[in-house]
Amino acid sequence: MENKNILDSGKYLVSLADRITYLGDIKGSLEWGNLQELLDKVQELRANLFEYPEKELLRRIDVIEGRVASLEEQVAKRLKPIEIVNIVRSPQRFTLQDILENCYDSYTELGGDGECNIDPAVVVARATITRRVKNRLYYHQVMVIGHEKGYGEEFRNGGCAKPWGNEKALRYMKVAETEGIPIHTYIFTPGSYPIEDYPGAAQQIARNLFAMSKLKVPIVSFISEGGSGGAEAIGLADIRLMGSRGYYSVISPEGAAAIEGRIKEGGKVPKELVEHCAAQLRMTAKDNLILKTIDRIVEEPPLGARRNDYQFFKRLRYEMIRATDEVVLQTKSFRAFRAYALKRQAQDQESVFNDEFDLHIKWNLSDSEKVRLLELRSKKYRSMGKGYKELRRPFIKTIERAVESAKQSYYDIRYGLLRHHSRNVQKLIEEVSSEGSVFFKTVTESMRAAYDFVFPKPDKPSERAQHDPFRRSIFVQEWEHYISPLANEDRTVSCPNAEKYGCKDLWVPDLYGEYSGVCPTCGHHFPLEYQWYLENLFDKGSIREFNSHIVSSNPLKFKGFDEKLKKAVKRTGRRSAIITFDAAILGIKIVVAMLYSDFRSGTVGAAEGEKFIRACDRAKTTRRPFLAYIHTTGGIRIHEGTLGVIQMPRCTLAVREYIDSGGLYIVVYDNNSYAGPVASFLGCSPYQVGIRSSRIGFAGPRVIRETTGTDVPPDYHSARNALKRGHIQGIWDRRDFRKNLFEALMTMGGPHLYYK
Amino acid sequence: MEINLNDLLRKYKSHPYEDHKICSPHTGVVSFQVEEGQTVKGPSGQWLHKPGTTLYILEREKNPKRITSKFNGVVAELKREFEGQFVQAGQELMIIRHRLNKDEIIDKILREVLYIFPAPQRARYYFTPEVSSIIEKGEAKALTVKAGDEIIIMSLMKRDSLLPYDGETGVLYKVYFKNGDLLEQDAPLFGICPPDRLPFVEKVIHRIKTEWDD
Repeated sequence: MENKNILDSGKYLVSLADRITYLGDIKGSLEWGNLQELLDKVQELRANLFEYPEKELLRRIDVIEGRVASLEEQVAKRLKPIEIVNIVRSPQRFTLQDILENCYDSYTELGGDGECNIDPAVVVARATITRRVKNRLYYHQVMVIGHEKGYGEEFRNGGCAKPWGNEKALRYMKVAETEGIPIHTYIFTPGSYPIEDYPGAAQQIARNLFAMSKLKVPIVSFISEGGSGGAEAIGLADIRLMGSRGYYSVISPEGAAAIEGRIKEGGKVPKELVEHCAAQLRMTAKDNLILKTIDRIVEEPPLGARRNDYQFFKRLRYEMIRATDEVVLQTKSFRAFRAYALKRQAQDQESVFNDEFDLHIKWNLSDSEKVRLLELRSKKYRSMGKGYKELRRPFIKTIERAVESAKQSYYDIRYGLLRHHSRNVQKLIEEVSSEGSVFFKTVTESMRAAYDFVFPKPDKPSERAQHDPFRRSIFVQEWEHYISPLANEDRTVSCPNAEKYGCKDLWVPDLYGEYSGVCPTCGHHFPLEYQWYLENLFDKGSIREFNSHIVSSNPLKFKGFDEKLKKAVKRTGRRSAIITFDAAILGIKIVVAMLYSDFRSGTVGAAEGEKFIRACDRAKTTRRPFLAYIHTTGGIRIHEGTLGVIQMPRCTLAVREYIDSGGLYIVVYDNNSYAGPVASFLGCSPYQVGIRSSRIGFAGPRVIRETTGTDVPPDYHSARNALKRGHIQGIWDRRDFRKNLFEALMTMGGPHLYYK
Repeated sequence: MEINLNDLLRKYKSHPYEDHKICSPHTGVVSFQVEEGQTVKGPSGQWLHKPGTTLYILEREKNPKRITSKFNGVVAELKREFEGQFVQAGQELMIIRHRLNKDEIIDKILREVLYIFPAPQRARYYFTPEVSSIIEKGEAKALTVKAGDEIIIMSLMKRDSLLPYDGETGVLYKVYFKNGDLLEQDAPLFGICPPDRLPFVEKVIHRIKTEWDD
C-alpha cells in the first residue's frame, strides 16, 4: 500500500468500485457487508479526488481496500453454490472474447463478425495457439467454437445459441475434420434459445451430438457456464475441462425452484428455494468432478476469474494444450503415453505453475489413430453417468456378460460370416444365370438346388405376412382383445376441436373401444395409456422385457426425491421411466425402447439412459431394427443433475454406432415429447414420426415465454407444425401405427438388418 | 336507396347495443356461472387462444361443458328459471349486450349506406399510383369512381392484376386498408358513396360525433 502513487489513485478507485460491485453480484445485493456504504465512499473519493491531501487520500484508499480484501476473503471462504452461479453470471466474468485474445496468438472469426452474424451468441474462429518448449515456439492451428456472452451486448442473447448458431458450429466442426485440426470448444451458455424455427433448437443439438460423436479430430471442451442442452450442443468432447468457479447443470436453479415449488407462471420464486435447488443440483466444478461428468478442473482465483486475470488465461492455455496432447497421445502407443503421463504428474506436483512444455507433440492423426480416437471417445462416454442401481448380484452379472458375448459370437457368425458368404454365392449364381440364359439354366438350377439345401432360405417376414391368414389381418381380429380401461365409464367427452370441426360428443366406451381413442369426425387422438400400445402394436405374446433390473435411484441425494420415486414405483409397479423389450411386428423381430408418462413424466435419468444404450447395443448385436416409441417424455430428470444431462451424448453415441452398423432406428413420438431426449438420441434419428395430435419440441410454451419474452401460438409444438418445419418425417394415425411400422421396417434401414 | 336520417339515428339512440343471443348448443342441464348485469369478456390473446368468461356449464351424459363468451359485453335477460334444469338444444339462455361506441356506430351506418367493394381473394392490395397520390394528399373525397374504373391492384404470387370497380358511381368515402396489406377474401377494401347521398352521410356522422355520449 505504501508504494501507491497519487497519480494512479483514480485507477485504484475504479478498480475498488469494480471489486465492490463484483462482491455485490456474488452476494446478490449490495446490502451485504455494508457494500453500498463502501461503494458510496469510493464514489465520494472519486468525485472529490483533488480535495484531499495526498497522504489522506492514499490512507483512505488503503482503509477501503483493506475492508474489501477482508470481505473478499470472507466470501471466498464459504462460497455457496448459488454464489458460484452469481459469479458465472457477473458481467465482470471473462468471456470467450477474452480467451481468444489472451490464450490464442491470433484468430480469425468465421461465419460472422460481431453483430453482423448469423448468430452472434456463437463464435467460431480459426486460431493459433503457441507452445513453448525449451525456449522454442511451436504453433498449432485449432478451431475454436464457443458461446459469446459479450460485454453487455444485447444482440449476443447472453450466450443463448439459436438453432442456426449451433448449425454454424457444426458446419465448422466439419471443416476442422476435413482439415484435420483439433477443436477447442468453450461453453458459456445459460441454455439454448428455445425456438422451433428450422433447423429447430432440439433437432440441431441432436444433429450436433450425432456428428460430434464420430468427429475424427480431438475435441477438448472448457465449461464456464454449462446450461444443459445448450452446453451439450458443442460439449461432446474427448476431454472436458471446467473452470473451478463455473457451473454445469441440467437446469437453472430458478427453473428447478419453479418446478419444485410448483410456482405459477409469473409468480415470484422464493430466494431460499432457489438457493436450496442450486445446492441440490450439484452443479459446481467439484461436484461434477465427483460425478465424473468432467475430467479436470482448471483452477481460477478464489472468487472466479475476471477479464483481467491474465495468470488464469495462461493457465487455461496450458491446460487446453495439455488436454489436446493427452487426447492425441492416447491414440498413440501406450509407452509414449505413459512417459508423457509421468512427466505430467511430476509437473502437477510442482508448487509453482510453469507453462513450459517438455516436448512438442503434433496434433494430426493417422487413419488408425482416428479409429482409436473414436473408440476411446465411445468408451469414455459409455463409462460416464452411471447413477443407477442394479438389482442383480455380481455373479449373475458375470453370467450375463458371458451370455452376451456368446450371443455376440452367434449373431456375428449367423448374420455376419455366413450371410456374407451366402450373399456372395447368390450373387455369383444370379450373374451366371442371367448371362448364360437357357444354355446354363440346367447347370445353375442344379447349383441353386444344392445351395438351397445347404443354406435354406430364411423365412421372409413379408412373405409370411402375405400367406398367414391370421397375420395378414393387421387390424381387426387382434385388436379386439385389449380395450383400454378408460372405456369402462358411462359418460361422454367432448373433442377439443368440436368448435372448429363440429365434432359430436363421444361416448367413452365407444371412443376408447371401437374408435381406439380417435375422434371419428376430426381424427383428434385422445391420449391412451402405454399398455394399449404394448398390447395392440406388437404381435401377441412377442414381448420379452429385458434389463428391468436396472432401476432409477437418487444419485444426488436430492431432498424429497426418494419419496417421489417411491410413489412412482408404487403407482406404476415399475422402477424406471423406460421399458426395453424384444417384440415382433408381423413376424419381424425388433428391439423397442419405450419412454412412458406414468413414471416421473417419462423423464430420462441415468437408469433410463443405460437401459436405452443397452437396448441399442442389443439391436446392434442381433441386427434387428430399433424402435424408440416415446409415449411421453418431459426431458432430462432434473433430480439427477448432470448425470441426467450426460445421458444425451451417451445415448446419441450409442445410436450413432447402431446406425453406422447398418441398422434401422425409428423414433415415434406420441403425446408430449420435449427437451433433452428430443435434443439428442431421439432428434438424431433419420426416421422420426409423430402420432397424430402429439406435441414435439424443445421447451414448453411457459419456458419460451419466460426466456424469450414472446408468446407462441397454441399449436406451436403440434406434430403438424413439426412436420412443416421438417423435424419429423410423417404423421401416423394410431390405428395405422402397426401397418405403417411394418411397411417402414420392410422398406427402410441399412443392409445389415437380419431379415434383409 | 332512401335513407331517413332521423330514423337511422333514432334506431341507434333507442337501442345503442348489439345483442348476441346465447343459446344452448345441445341438450343438457344448465348451471349458470354469471349474474344479470355482469360484464363478460370474449376470447383474448394474440391468437384469441384464451377463452372468454365462462357463462354457464352445460352437462350432458356426465360431460360438463364450459360455455364461454364469444363477445365482450354485459349479461342481460338471463333466464334464471333454467338454472339446474334440463334444456333442449337451441334454448335461449341469455343475451350478451354489447354497447356500441361512436366509432362502431359510424362504421355500422357506413356499411349500410356505402357501397363496399370486397377483396375477391386472399392477396395484397394496392391503389393505382394516381389514386394513391390523391389519397395521400387527403383528397380522396374529390375522387369519383364509376363502374369499370381500375383503381385497385391485386398482387398475388408476383402477378399484379388491375381490378375493375363494378358498383354504383360515387366518391371514394372510406378506405379500409393500407397499401400493401395482406387481406383475407371478402375483407372490405373501400366504400363508395353516391354524390347525392354524401351530404346526408356527412350530416349523420357529424351528428353522431357531436351528440353521442360514449
